[in-house]
Amino acid sequence: MKALCWQGVNELSVERVPDPVILNAQDAIVKVKASTTCGSDLHLLGGYIPAMRAGDVIGHEFIGEIVEVGPEVNRHKPGERVVVCSVIGCGRCWACRHDQWSLCENSNPSPGITDLMWGGTTAGIFGYSHAMGGFRGSHAEYVRVPFADYNAFTIPEGVFDLDALFASDAAPTGWMGAELGGVKPGDVVAVWGCGGVGQMAARAALLLGAERVIAIDRYPERLAMTARHVGCEVIDYTTTDVAAELRERTGGRGPDVCIEAVGMEADGTGVQRVYDGIKQRLRLEQDRPIAVREAIHACRKGGSIFVLGVFSGFVDKFPLGALMNKGLTLRGAQQHGQRYIPKLLDLMAKGDLKAAYLATHTMSLDDGPKGYDMFKHKRDGCVRAVFCPWA
Amino acid sequence: MKRLVAGAVALAAAGLGAAWWAASRRRMPGAAKDPLASSRWLGITINRPPGEVAPDGHLPEPLARVDAEVRMNSAPGDRGTEIYARPRMRGEDSRTALRTALRETKSLLETGDVLRSDEEIGTTRTTLPGKVLDMALGRASEGGRL
Repeated sequence: MKALCWQGVNELSVERVPDPVILNAQDAIVKVKASTTCGSDLHLLGGYIPAMRAGDVIGHEFIGEIVEVGPEVNRHKPGERVVVCSVIGCGRCWACRHDQWSLCENSNPSPGITDLMWGGTTAGIFGYSHAMGGFRGSHAEYVRVPFADYNAFTIPEGVFDLDALFASDAAPTGWMGAELGGVKPGDVVAVWGCGGVGQMAARAALLLGAERVIAIDRYPERLAMTARHVGCEVIDYTTTDVAAELRERTGGRGPDVCIEAVGMEADGTGVQRVYDGIKQRLRLEQDRPIAVREAIHACRKGGSIFVLGVFSGFVDKFPLGALMNKGLTLRGAQQHGQRYIPKLLDLMAKGDLKAAYLATHTMSLDDGPKGYDMFKHKRDGCVRAVFCPWA
Repeated sequence: MKRLVAGAVALAAAGLGAAWWAASRRRMPGAAKDPLASSRWLGITINRPPGEVAPDGHLPEPLARVDAEVRMNSAPGDRGTEIYARPRMRGEDSRTALRTALRETKSLLETGDVLRSDEEIGTTRTTLPGKVLDMALGRASEGGRL
């Protein structure tokens, strides 16, 4: 079959690889209908997560049709249209039973890496390096889905493919940031990053009752898209002092909840942009926490910050003093998608949550390298490139 | 610049390998050496009650295969069963085998299976940075803090 493979730093190519097969009785094979780029792929592409081998298939956010099931798959059968959660859960360990699916204790066949790096084993993720289990990604014609009863979700009639696609990752990740960040009716919420995840987080905050949501980015087309489709306020951080603007819009308090949807390659302005850029290039700092720092400083006293952007290791100049003295709550997680996907599909079916507009560029899998180039450099207003292997 | 970045990635992978080696010796870089490292109990918590973990006192198959002392008790907070084991034979290989047996026991009891990796039907090719990475990841399935 054809698949989009990582070949080295900033090198992708479409290759012929062996078809996936059922390896465990609870597996299913899914014929991929659509698979989208995600900002977190750029960290793999850029070599910031050094557990990739040449030839690894990337991609983790997808929908498709089940074409084969193992003998112990009970909830699905061939022919079903499904969305698959990007994070793999076994469904029965303590973490999965408590809806903390990205902390699954049985879905990463290489548990020693994350155990060593972070002091605990985390879940497997499709197409997300050998640290996350070495699972093949979804930018391919077919993909093997382990523990299919728990990780594949039938898409209801009436939900469009391109809406359901984002129920795989962007929408549940955003929803988690708003819900676990503690958004309550009447809150003011600030969201750093107007990519797919940031926009879904902003929409989730509004649906959870936030009175005002303010999204921050630097790309005019993304700010305009967020204002139009999410219906929130926006700030361009290249022309505005974000902290001052947030104080002015919140009676001097700062936002109640701050959601960071940027991650380890955060950009910024001024001295810290140069400082973090140099340290990361020299591998003296793994992640650039520019948006996290700003969120901590901007947040109201006693407020909360949720980190949705992907970080892999250590950061420098972390404002622990502000965190402690302002009495802030800081949380983060890879998405616990299985907790939210059924609810999100319902919201999509009712028309309360729309995500298809994020798919600004749809193309064949053969155009994968071009799609990532557009996505990485935000060319032609690209927010998400979507690959359709069978179109 | 691409060559510089590729070199930096190779260095990062080498760093991961060094950290891995250090961990395989049961000692985190910079941490004090643990005088009990070779004799500590390896513990794991299984989300099943003790009666299901060892019915009639019989240990589950992966654990029964290894030569180890085993004890277990109910985990606090309705978290299932804590199993502790340590090999009768000294040496890191014995502890590695026991670590694998504990993980497989947990997965079998909780899910009925041990998940296999897609790496079994590989799509990758050999490269120099990949070889460094292979050294680092060679024991990824059997190492770790456990």
